Amino acid sequence: MYSGIYISQTDARPMYLQIMEQIRARIAARDWPAGKELPSIRALAAALNVSVITIKRAYLDLETEGVIVTRHGKGSFVADVNGLAGELQDQKLDEHLSGAAAIAKQMGLSAEELAARLRRAMKETK
Amino acid sequence: MTVTKHIEMRGVSKAYRFFTLQDISLDLEPGQVMGFVGPNGAGKSTTIRLAMGLIAPDIGEIRVLGCRMPENQAFAKRDVGYVSADMRLMPNATVGWHMNFAASIYPGWDADYAATLVKRFNLRPEQGARSLSQGEHIKAALLLALARRPRLLILDEPTTGLDPVARHEMLTEFMDVLRDENRSILFSSHNTVDVERISDRITFLDRGRMVASSDKEGFLDRWRRIDVQLPQGAALPELPHIVGRASDGHFHTLTTDQFSELQLARLGNAVRNVHRMNLEEIFVANVMHHRESRP
Repeated sequence: MYSGIYISQTDARPMYLQIMEQIRARIAARDWPAGKELPSIRALAAALNVSVITIKRAYLDLETEGVIVTRHGKGSFVADVNGLAGELQDQKLDEHLSGAAAIAKQMGLSAEELAARLRRAMKETK
Repeated sequence: MTVTKHIEMRGVSKAYRFFTLQDISLDLEPGQVMGFVGPNGAGKSTTIRLAMGLIAPDIGEIRVLGCRMPENQAFAKRDVGYVSADMRLMPNATVGWHMNFAASIYPGWDADYAATLVKRFNLRPEQGARSLSQGEHIKAALLLALARRPRLLILDEPTTGLDPVARHEMLTEFMDVLRDENRSILFSSHNTVDVERISDRITFLDRGRMVASSDKEGFLDRWRRIDVQLPQGAALPELPHIVGRASDGHFHTLTTDQFSELQLARLGNAVRNVHRMNLEEIFVANVMHHRESRP
């Protein structure tokens, strides 16, 4: 079922790191797209013949890295990193724009004058 | 809400003429695999026999599936599957006869699963127990225990005497049991690779004492071997939590059971390498350390 993931006995790295690396690779290759549900901890443990605590450790660390998201009682999912990044940038832009608007007001600039400055700034960053 | 522990031992001791098991305390939670590791004569089988109610402790308390042992063993054992390497089927009966017998006494017997296991383990129901090889014998005993689908499996050296393929099949069956988070396994083995692979908790025994009992990832995370090369004229700085040391001139190999950045900071440039340790290395270092401090 998940036979693509394997544990090497001659690999000096601990088993949980081997599992993490193979999951990361699948996500990076888009084989496991954002939002995809990961196998349950027990199912993956049974498929790999590896203890539950080892899979738990791997999932926990992937969660800390922000690669996967675990919803209690629902399971673990591949994190929607691009969506998350987009949302965060949107928020950041709004903050800067309202900051600019506040300064423009202090300086007595009109909306048109501010927009003209913004257009010039966009041209310069190109 | 507290979940009933599948095995609970508190301060359990049992004295024999030439061997004493001392002060064993351990917990096995539902959904867990506990691996018992220890040299021959460490007390693994004695501890397992105590858990099965086959012998009574001199002092201490034992509960299995919430039942006091050995007093309430009849009740507990309805849901416990037990296999030991020295277990013998009835020599004059066939494997199939044993399966029918088990089906008649255990209400949880799963005939379909039993049939699947017969195929997977490559057994023949019509074969007499007398003619089974050592490996086939263990497989048949495991089949009889597994097909009852007990909540707790207690396995004394279940993979000893099995070839690598059969061992792999066995581990696969064990992990399949663990898909159900209400079931658990206690097993002992000399094979630290198997124990390291499938155990959630690991208990080390040596000379009748518990050397350590911890979750596996904890063990593997805490132990390290540090290779050190000291500069001319320098002495090894005082370091906490060093349990083993081998020295050869300027070269020292330190073993720690509580690895920390502090240790590396004190050693500074003298550190050549830091190695993780596998369970077997940890076990041996642990036992040697305990024997030194308690000769």
